[in-house]
Amino acid sequence: MSDITVTIDGKQCRANEGEYILNIARRNGIFIPAICYLTNCSPTLACRLCLVEIDGKRAYSCNAKAKDGMAVTTKTEEIEVERKAIMKVYDTNHPLECGVCDQSGECELQNYTLEMGVDHQEFSIADTIRPVHEWGFIHYDSSLCIVCERCVTICKDMIGESVLKTVPRGGVALPKEWKEVAPKDTYAMWNKLQKSLIGIASGADTLECTNCGECTAVCPVGALVGSDFQYSSNAWELQKIPASNPHSSDCSLIYYDVKQTNIKDPIEKIFRVSSDYNYAPLHGGIRYGYDFENKGEGKDQKAMKKAVKFFKEEADTIKFDSFITNEEAFILQKLKEKYGYKLVNDDAYAYKRFLENFRKTAGKSLYSGDIKSLQNSNFVVSVGSYVKSDNPNVGYGINNALTMNKGAGLYFHPIIDPIVDGYSKNMLCINHKVGVEESILYLVLDLFGDKERLPENLLKYLESFHSKEKKTIAEIVKEQVKEIVKDEESGEEKEVVKTVSKKIEKEIEVDKNSLYDTVGLDDDFDTKLKKMLMKKDKFFLVAGEDLYNHKRAENLAKLLGLIQRYTNFEILIIPSKTNTLGVSLICDLDEKVGKKVAGYNVKADFNLSALGKGDLSFPALNQQEGTFTSLNKRVVPTNVALSFDGYCLNDLANELGLKAENTIDYTFELGRVSGYKSEEFDELPNEFLNSGVENRGYLLDVESFEANDEVGEIEDIDFGDQSVVYLANPVMQFSAFTNRAHQLNEAGALYASSDYMEANGFKDGSMVLISTKDAKLAVAIKYDHQIKGMIPYLPTFDTKLEVMPFFEDGYRYAKVEIKGVQND
Amino acid sequence: MELRGFKNRNATPGYIYFEGEKESQNSWERFKRFSARAVKGELFVGLWIVLREMIKFNIHTVQYPLQKLQMFPRYRAIHKLLRLFESGHERCIGCGLCEKICIANCIKIDTKVDENSRKLVTEYSINFGRCIFCGYCAEVCPELAIVHGDDYEHASEQRAHFGLREDMLTPIDEFKAKKQKEFPGFGALSKDADKFVKKTPLAY
Ligand code: SF4
Ligand code: SF4
Ligand code: SF4
Ligand code: SF4
Ligand code: FES
Repeated sequence: MSDITVTIDGKQCRANEGEYILNIARRNGIFIPAICYLTNCSPTLACRLCLVEIDGKRAYSCNAKAKDGMAVTTKTEEIEVERKAIMKVYDTNHPLECGVCDQSGECELQNYTLEMGVDHQEFSIADTIRPVHEWGFIHYDSSLCIVCERCVTICKDMIGESVLKTVPRGGVALPKEWKEVAPKDTYAMWNKLQKSLIGIASGADTLECTNCGECTAVCPVGALVGSDFQYSSNAWELQKIPASNPHSSDCSLIYYDVKQTNIKDPIEKIFRVSSDYNYAPLHGGIRYGYDFENKGEGKDQKAMKKAVKFFKEEADTIKFDSFITNEEAFILQKLKEKYGYKLVNDDAYAYKRFLENFRKTAGKSLYSGDIKSLQNSNFVVSVGSYVKSDNPNVGYGINNALTMNKGAGLYFHPIIDPIVDGYSKNMLCINHKVGVEESILYLVLDLFGDKERLPENLLKYLESFHSKEKKTIAEIVKEQVKEIVKDEESGEEKEVVKTVSKKIEKEIEVDKNSLYDTVGLDDDFDTKLKKMLMKKDKFFLVAGEDLYNHKRAENLAKLLGLIQRYTNFEILIIPSKTNTLGVSLICDLDEKVGKKVAGYNVKADFNLSALGKGDLSFPALNQQEGTFTSLNKRVVPTNVALSFDGYCLNDLANELGLKAENTIDYTFELGRVSGYKSEEFDELPNEFLNSGVENRGYLLDVESFEANDEVGEIEDIDFGDQSVVYLANPVMQFSAFTNRAHQLNEAGALYASSDYMEANGFKDGSMVLISTKDAKLAVAIKYDHQIKGMIPYLPTFDTKLEVMPFFEDGYRYAKVEIKGVQND
Repeated sequence: MELRGFKNRNATPGYIYFEGEKESQNSWERFKRFSARAVKGELFVGLWIVLREMIKFNIHTVQYPLQKLQMFPRYRAIHKLLRLFESGHERCIGCGLCEKICIANCIKIDTKVDENSRKLVTEYSINFGRCIFCGYCAEVCPELAIVHGDDYEHASEQRAHFGLREDMLTPIDEFKAKKQKEFPGFGALSKDADKFVKKTPLAY
């Protein structure tokens, strides 16, 4: 891959043509000061600290592209003067408040001021009043802001919401006399700095975004901090516990920042969650939803005895969800082997079946893509995923691919999502009718399939959608006409030739694809697509949760397999919950429960619960060590952030005759499951290297099999005109666990767009009755400004709302009747 | 990030287990260890000094507790938390430097944001059972908020002995009676400190 060599400070470095010098240096352990650059985002040239000399000329290493044979010097006397002056400018009028500042100790302004040896100040300029803003989850103190624009950049290039922008500072203009005193780049950078601050792009006075909090993570100073964290602890007192995101299947590397609760209470508490923002963004669910731990009351031996009795004498089924570790899944599987319990897990079961069908036509045990390859692609198609809420990290990946690689994309989903729509103007959101996903996948095969290789019968079937149609189009033609013009003065007549445009109607033969109609594409889709596909060479398809419990799931999975085999698309089939992939690979799952059910975090006859109030308390995922299988097909470790003094699943398993001292003893044994490796938990790394390489756990092995081409024809579901409700969680909520966190706790509701509320005369907060033949639910209706259209959704995060009866077979769309009820 | 700290599942975090010296295997080894521990020449050096000074009648014994020594300003005894002279507010801003620098790891601070959006120190504690009275905390404090007093009587019944903010902070009535003295000791600015400061230019 590395095709060229550049010399940085005398060191030969292999690199790819066009890579940024700064990234090459970082990969090779060469330090170049830099503030404003963020990996995977576009360089903004705000700080100019990354100044280097390339072949004797000044350049900014964060946007200088490597060419073969370049010689880079990262430090010269001139550059050092410049860098020191830049830091002095940043320090002018910066409030001297490190003593109370939340960033102190991990502040890049502090660090570089010391690094550059700033020991006195010669610059000065009249100060401006820079106010403090409370933006909901986020606190912005503009007097601390150094306008590096990292927050703006990450929000635009990674998250895709462009909620922040630079706004006028309103101070005095930089006096010209500094031009003589300050070095060149320093003056230029100061001039820009003096003009701006950060504000909300829409002009609103609070943030109305998906609250990922990435802007607070990237802010190099204390300007942007989480409101809840503000002034609660000095950074260096917090111990960083490396872990993996327990709420969604991206399982990103996170750190739980832990310290004793307070002087009176020495029990540890999580104060915040931090991350390696250069390499993996986090979503709001984990940034703010970290304190979901279960409070144990010691080892409750009575409860344990009861549990053992129940398991030995009564239980025939264990029902659980996928918010568990691989090791726990392995324990459950071993219990099944020993006692013959049925293992029931709805989301993993659907996912497992889906993967099995996918394998038949794909010939591979797993899908081909991951977030990294998504970020590297330049044409993305998303089908069946409500990506903003289901798996925000996939959304960030899509946006990153679109913005950084000049990519384009198609987003197929029935719910109109302004957030996804805003990713890029080259993102075409197609809000199709419910249930036509099969047609969409066939369309993808039709549009992108390798016609040379596609099997005969499939080609024929695809051909059957095409027909020739006569179409009249208006065309403008230029015509030359001769005209006789009479010169008024001389009365002479002259012949002149004029060109006039003329509209003519023309009948042409066009290819008509009936799939367009089914999917709801415009007539000019062809033209749009052609434009979107220009210069595109890396294709990616995201398939989501809507498909797994679809009535046609089997066929959808097979279609995806064919797409992986016969098109250039890399495919990602998003696991619906944190460890859905892991559970589906490790456990031999059953469809239906038996007579007596033990539930693990799921309501049943006997409750093992990390959510509190169970018959036997178990630790939550921030109190456990173990591994998850992430959507990147990677087995990643997570460590204990908070202690739990009760029993865990391993203790129960030991009582039932298994034998392991710690849960993580099973990490090694996972090697018996196909795809997994026999590695000790303690040997698993969990970090990003300087080069951005994800050195975390290990990758699953992907096996190959003989593939077939058998796939059924389209049988889309027709939902008719009845009102439909969707099953999804609002942004930041993923499960009952996120809802336990103090910053996210809320009551579930029916979430609806303003269009829907207006059309039905509902008001925010009023009560509605949702009903079908066999289910009824009275619930408040809540306005969600982040969706549009006429499909409201019901959440799963609030255990008090019994929503599942509406979605009996697990399919995310249900026909219901929704009526307002009188509120008294 | 180094994961070593997470691999020891039985130890209380932060403690390093020390194997100790090898156990004696037989009576000869036991005898050797006993002699090495019991017979030490240094003992006689000390005894000689006491004897010598006794003969010279050079006696410095203070009749404690009837007599008490007046401590010098730089003596480092039980800490005090001071108030600002102008307003009477606590000086401590909760920067946490003392907590960080403390060699014995015995200072803890709790802070939060108050209703005026300022950082508020809600509790401050020093475990005097662990404090070695090194004075680093007083020296590092940018506000001259934590200082060493001259109260050296801090015997306690337990190993852990916590001083809380209310114990160390100048009581408000004492403060109003102008009894809080500026601290001249360890960590205070020298009289000529001004001479070493380069002024930052201001544009107005
Ligand atoms: S942003 Fe950095 S330099 Fe500024 S007050 Fe905070 S810690 Fe100090
Ligand atoms: S708020 Fe922080 S990240 Fe944003 S421009 Fe200011 S200093 Fe940079
Ligand atoms: S005197 Fe030394 S040991 Fe005692 S609290 Fe201060 S820094 Fe810690
Ligand atoms: S160093 Fe001083 S100001 Fe800072 S926390 Fe300690 S006592 Fe308070
Ligand atoms: S990092 Fe290159 S200009 Fe800031």
